[in-house]
Amino acid sequence: MSQDNQNRPWGLYIHVPFCASKCRYCAFYSLPSPSSDLVEKFVSALACEMELYRDCGPFDTVYLGGGTPSVLDTEQIYLILNSVRRNFRIEPGAEITVEANPADISPQYAAELLRSGINRLNLGVQSFDSEVLKFLGRRHSPGDALASIKCVRAAGFRNIGLDLIYSIPRQSTDQWLRILEQAVLIRPEHLSCYELTLEPGTPLAEEFRDGQFRTDDETFSVLETTSAALAENGYVHYEVSNFSLPGMESRHNSKYWDHTPYLGLGPSAHSFRGRRRWWNLSSVEEYTAALQSGKSPVEAGEDLKDEQMGEEFLFLGLRTARGVSLSELQHYGLDLVNTKTAILDACINSGLLRIDNDRISPTVKGMAVADALAKAFLA
Amino acid sequence: MDHIRNFSIIAHIDHGKSTLADRLIQYTGVVDARNFQDQILDNMDIERERGITIKSQAITLPYRAEDGGIYMLNLIDTPGHVDFSYEVSRALASCEGVLLLIDAAQGVQAQTIANLYLAMDHNLEIIPVINKIDLPAADVERVLEQIDAELGLDPDTHLACSAKAGTGIEEIFEAIVERIPPPKGNPDSPLAALIFDAHYDSYRGTIINCRVMDGRIQAGDMIRFMSNGAVYKVEEVGRFALARQKQNSLSAGEVGYVIAGVKTVSDVRIGDTITSDAKPCGEPLPGFREVKPVVFSSIYPIASDDYEDLAVSLEKYKLNDASFIYQKDSSVALGQGFRCGFLGLLHLDIVQERLEREFNLSIILSVPSVRFRFTMRDGSLVQIDNPSQYPNPMQIAKAEEPFIRATMLLPERYLGAVMKLCTEKRGVNSVLNFTSPTRAELTYEMPLSEVIFDFYDRFKTVTQGYGSFDYDLIDYRESNLALLDILVNGERVDALSQIVHRDRARARALQSCERLKEEIPRHMFKIAIQGAIGGEVIARTTISPFRKDVTAKCYGGDITRKRKLLEKQKKGKKRMKMVGSVTIPQSAFLAVLKTDQE
Repeated sequence: MSQDNQNRPWGLYIHVPFCASKCRYCAFYSLPSPSSDLVEKFVSALACEMELYRDCGPFDTVYLGGGTPSVLDTEQIYLILNSVRRNFRIEPGAEITVEANPADISPQYAAELLRSGINRLNLGVQSFDSEVLKFLGRRHSPGDALASIKCVRAAGFRNIGLDLIYSIPRQSTDQWLRILEQAVLIRPEHLSCYELTLEPGTPLAEEFRDGQFRTDDETFSVLETTSAALAENGYVHYEVSNFSLPGMESRHNSKYWDHTPYLGLGPSAHSFRGRRRWWNLSSVEEYTAALQSGKSPVEAGEDLKDEQMGEEFLFLGLRTARGVSLSELQHYGLDLVNTKTAILDACINSGLLRIDNDRISPTVKGMAVADALAKAFLA
Repeated sequence: MDHIRNFSIIAHIDHGKSTLADRLIQYTGVVDARNFQDQILDNMDIERERGITIKSQAITLPYRAEDGGIYMLNLIDTPGHVDFSYEVSRALASCEGVLLLIDAAQGVQAQTIANLYLAMDHNLEIIPVINKIDLPAADVERVLEQIDAELGLDPDTHLACSAKAGTGIEEIFEAIVERIPPPKGNPDSPLAALIFDAHYDSYRGTIINCRVMDGRIQAGDMIRFMSNGAVYKVEEVGRFALARQKQNSLSAGEVGYVIAGVKTVSDVRIGDTITSDAKPCGEPLPGFREVKPVVFSSIYPIASDDYEDLAVSLEKYKLNDASFIYQKDSSVALGQGFRCGFLGLLHLDIVQERLEREFNLSIILSVPSVRFRFTMRDGSLVQIDNPSQYPNPMQIAKAEEPFIRATMLLPERYLGAVMKLCTEKRGVNSVLNFTSPTRAELTYEMPLSEVIFDFYDRFKTVTQGYGSFDYDLIDYRESNLALLDILVNGERVDALSQIVHRDRARARALQSCERLKEEIPRHMFKIAIQGAIGGEVIARTTISPFRKDVTAKCYGGDITRKRKLLEKQKKGKKRMKMVGSVTIPQSAFLAVLKTDQE
């Protein structure tokens, strides 16, 4: 039952809302080239915010994401992690991840990160094609990417993840597969492959306003090709956009998909506990101002009804290879076996879903249409 | 009685009937400018939007003529579509004359002629009025030739007007007074009043529109409907201004309304005779017949929870539409619903739209059917209008289907194309007349089932809109019939079944499959659509699946966003029906009746 998940160790997410420059596709909240004063204010605000949640935890994952956490210097990262340890119980062997831009990684920086307790690095490589990196508005080059990977390995990181982006306009599937090949040669423990999507308000969305963005036929799925290529090289496709060597799944991200509690700190961060979801003000200024004056930075929240819990549990579960438990869905009033028999059968017969005792889980084909699966069962 | 004139305006669709009625009403000042709106007699939204009249309306217009007398002119507005031709005939039976309105640019059309025949049947004075004379394309000379050659009327008797611009209106009033005879009838004879329509009023019950032929009717009278002997006490009588105007009595020659505690319009038969219960007239007025539906379809709620709502709404709707009939029905694919009868496809369309609009329902209609007749081996006769009740083929001795006589008027250059279409639709016994060197009147005998299957649309297409079409039911004829089933992913969807002529079964099956392929959206799995007779598949199409529908990222904040999006999409599914594993849009059920070929 998901009640068990509620009793599992929490995940702690810290949102670092700064970037050295904005990428053209990104709609996440972050401030480019922030003043050092603002960064310092943010770091102290974070420490204040932690004090509001001392009853949360214990935690077995910590994740510094953003934005670009690697725009922080190692001293600031030390400060943050010290506050974390002072305020919360962090389980021994916890997974502590930081996201980094390859351009920010130097041998010293990598070594300091490791020393601070960080044991997992997620590098925003995005591509090994300089044209694509330019198109996306990234500030690093393919050379930077390779150099940064060498650095973090040399520093002693045993768990690194690379982020890649596909479905780039004018990029052929073959070109994408060659980038994947390069990634696989590096043997990262983890790979996230994201389809490029146009987020409203981004420069990229502006450029493709006329709707000429999608070129591939909807009857062909790059995700399936990607999954097959990675499987050949020993990578497990464990969530729509995530792959890992066996046992190296992101423990932190997995909590999002099975209703394990997590606490999100920093501007615009989201938290989940029990039936409650809440989120912070997204502007750094408002966030720090609230905490400086002793107020909560929470912008709003919602309490989920049974039906909504069930809906989430279903659509999140259908994104993962592990799938979702039918009896748990039933617990929320979703009886797929008895009320959605025809769809369930059609999906199983068409190779979109597998059923194994109490669990249904998507095949790769099914993950590529996970949203449609959820819609069909919820309609 | 000398100062009463009862008249109607008859015209082909879009020849300006409602606009002329508006002008006549405005001229007499019964409605002030502030309260006036276009198409004032068409008070349903659907009538205004589609520019059609569905219900008959009457209005009394006071007019001071040049001779100094004040006349009561009763204008009876009638529906314009073939589906409602019986209502039109009853309205005309209440008149002594008609304005036959003809568009100066389009000239005489099929319904101009059909309406003229109706008016001639009732011995009415006919005043040809050429409308839209101010149009650049107006060709009055040509219309005058047509009035002479095609209508057999004296072109010298015509009037000309532009209802839109308001010219020629006074001449029309004078002609009504001078040329249309005053009503005959004896106020002292026993009561005989012709019911030409009825409306439902939520406060007063049924408002009966009638023309008093003989006698007198007033509040307190006990009246009897001659068709069924039902007796009611009159509560109120009156005339129609734009609102009802109570009167002490209605006498022979007058047109007005009667309120008599009649619960629903279905208790009233259009064409029936009202008489006095104490002192009845000898014979009912001629021309009455029971209105029989010719097109049948089942209505289902999209969400099965809405069945009770649908039941209540149909009951309410029926209060105001006596020609609509329904009874309980159920479908394996679509659940509980109602089998309904309609006067034609337009009527069906109107009922569907009004149920959705006025009762806020989301409904699905099964593929419309006509009523077939089967003589069984044991000698019994069964009438089937619902394909789901198709009898066991082994037991059928003889199958028959209804035939119509189609009357078409068209420029001669489209003859070839129209004859080809009619032959394809199993038309027989064609008769061709040239009403003028370039215009042909073509009649065919055709199965009604072929006419409801996209005939009208294709006729309009092949004649580029210049052809006009009307029909009458004639008889039942023996036919080689078969039940065509449609299977979606192996599951028979009974609401898509059709009774078809065996020779046309394969083509019809393929067309239905193709249309469904266009209407059913791609799913995440392959969908097979098959047409089958008995167990034999005779047509097949497939809808290939989509392979991609997933958001790339789903972490912290994405989850709330994603759930809200899903909830929104869930609501958007209202016009879709799940049949097995396949979601079929509402539009698909009627789409199988249409073809896309030229």
